[in-house]
Amino acid sequence: MKIYLAIAATLIALPVAAQAPVAMDDQSQLAPSVQPPAGADYFQPPLESELPDNAFGALVREGRAIFVDTRNRAPEHVGNGMNCTNCHLDQGRKANSAPLWGAYPMYPAYRSKNDKVNTYVERMQGCFQFSMDGTAPAADSHIMNALSAYSYWLSTGAPTGEVQPGRAYPKVQEPEGGYDLAQGRQVYEEQCAICHGDQGQGQKSGEDFVLPPLWGKESFNWGAGMHRINTAADFIKESMPLGKGGSLTDEQAWNVAAFMNSHERPQDPRLIDGSVEETRKKYHANDGVNLYGVEVNGVVLGQGAD
Amino acid sequence: MKKRNLAAGLLACIWVASVQADPGADVYTKGGANPAALACLTCHGADGMGMAAAGFPRLAGLSAEYMKKQLLDFQSGSRAHPVMLPIASALTEGEMQSVSLYIEQMTTPVYPRINRSAEATSVGERLALRGAWERNIPECVACHGPGGVGVGAAFPPLAGQSSAYLSSQLIAWKRGTRTNDPNDLMGHIAKSLTDDEVKAVSDYFSGLGQ
Ligand code: HEC
Ligand code: HEC
Ligand code: HEC
Ligand code: HEC
Repeated sequence: MKIYLAIAATLIALPVAAQAPVAMDDQSQLAPSVQPPAGADYFQPPLESELPDNAFGALVREGRAIFVDTRNRAPEHVGNGMNCTNCHLDQGRKANSAPLWGAYPMYPAYRSKNDKVNTYVERMQGCFQFSMDGTAPAADSHIMNALSAYSYWLSTGAPTGEVQPGRAYPKVQEPEGGYDLAQGRQVYEEQCAICHGDQGQGQKSGEDFVLPPLWGKESFNWGAGMHRINTAADFIKESMPLGKGGSLTDEQAWNVAAFMNSHERPQDPRLIDGSVEETRKKYHANDGVNLYGVEVNGVVLGQGAD
Repeated sequence: MKKRNLAAGLLACIWVASVQADPGADVYTKGGANPAALACLTCHGADGMGMAAAGFPRLAGLSAEYMKKQLLDFQSGSRAHPVMLPIASALTEGEMQSVSLYIEQMTTPVYPRINRSAEATSVGERLALRGAWERNIPECVACHGPGGVGVGAAFPPLAGQSSAYLSSQLIAWKRGTRTNDPNDLMGHIAKSLTDDEVKAVSDYFSGLGQ
């Protein structure tokens, strides 16, 4: 068993070693979203109908199309069944669902944790590598130019360097006694499986995933921000079940987020020397609440699902 | 696409006639054991494509699980309809099962798979491809699939249905005569649509592939 695991780990590690390192090597947690002041609304991005019919308008439209149809429009950079908009709802416009207008004006961002500055493009590259389980397009690629132009346009009129209400996801408090996987399974079966499938595998129409996978080989990998139970709970409470956001209790959101993230998914591309333990120490031990490298029901999670 | 030719129609009849061993085919073409379970073919057509002018929906291309659920829902009244109520009530559960499986394997036209990356300018296109998130209305294609072709067992196709049928269903949810959707996933959306939006989005999906 041990030998088998070691071999499996080497096999997983091999293709990863060939990958270029990303400048932003984690999906660090953002400060939770805040409400707008009383009487005020969230920032309103411009309407699509206001886009000019020139080269700028064309680039923005292309960026939007890539954002909602990433698998088809940037296939060589997507390793799973996801599109950017699956987690950034309403094409990256929806407040409290990590909207692009909340993000773009906040970069380049300084991080005291490693005394580094990360650019907006590096942040998007991170989502390609982890959330999309793929390889990031180059910083000066047409894909990145189009996605940046789209984000820039959505932020028209937003102040630079000031946190907007509605950026990121609103925080959901962990239940007093911790989360409960059995109750999470029950919420999943009653409210999520109809769309995301009884094995979290999502549902396709032809070759296209319409309902995205939540775990397994076609989902986000162990390095993605969504693998944190706290981040997933924040997202789920705000936006799931689709169209019925806000209908779960905080406890249900945490339980179902924990249930979702107690399943295998593609390996963390930062895997150190094939060791889940080392990788947990370096990247997961201080990254919110997560189950990478943790034993659940007698099995250590983080083996990957490729 | 719109005009299916005579030859295809004839072929369908011959094909239907040649598989009479299937109990589902019997129900479809001749009706159930109880005479009140009228032959489906009379209204839903030999090819299962319905009759747009009369408001009879297409059944070809729907999943068996979805159809069987609808028949049970007509029976229980969670989907109220004066024509389908007596028919569904006269079917045994076995007949529902076999006729649904039979219909599921009928061939259907291919519809364009327009997804969210497409431009959207009209009211119907915007609802279908962008949603109206300020009212918690997701893009219709997020559940019904690109071009509204349907997804899996729970999300029926919208393309290929007549505008009259699609709006009648949205109005049924608004009026509370159709309450059979799982977890109110569809009902709250229909209730948030204005009458003009109901017409626009129904026209949009019924127009695809024509
Ligand atoms: C599996 C879900 C998921 C997918 C798919 C995804 N992201 Fe993200 N994204 C996240 C999460 C989670 C965060 C961090 C939010 C937090 O920590 O509160 C994030 C953050 C971001 C940010 C920074 C937000 C900010 O306010 O600083 C940008 C920009 C971004 N993503 C772009 C993209 C792009 C471009 C794609 C497609 C290539 C993409 N994302 C795909 C989940 C996802
Ligand atoms: C009616 C169908 C539906 C239901 C029910 C539903 N979802 Fe989703 N979910 C979606 C769709 C569609 C998306 C992608 C949104 C988009 O692309 O606009 C999504 C996205 C997600 C994502 C982010 C993308 C990913 O694949 O990781 C998570 C996490 C998620 N859902 C969890 C849940 C949970 C947990 C529940 C149950 C409480 C639930 N969903 C119920 C349709 C649904
Ligand atoms: C006299 C005409 C008539 C006959 C005969 C008939 N139907 Fe229907 N059927 C309808 C009408 C009208 C509707 C639309 C009901 C509504 O508006 O809710 C319908 C709807 C349905 C639906 C729901 C379709 C959807 O998209 O949700 C199913 C399933 C169905 N019929 C199955 C059958 C079966 C099976 C038979 C044969 C046993 C049958 N019908 C016989 C008129 C008929
Ligand atoms: C959150 C998922 C979801 C979204 C988004 C959604 N629907 Fe539905 N819709 C459903 C489900 C589920 C059903 C089937 C209900 C049942 O089991 O009877 C349905 C059924 C329907 C039907 C009845 C079809 C038939 O054959 O009888 C119509 C019409 C319809 N939807 C129109 C729309 C339109 C128009 C939109 C966009 C404005 C939309 N839907 C968006 C989930 C959704």
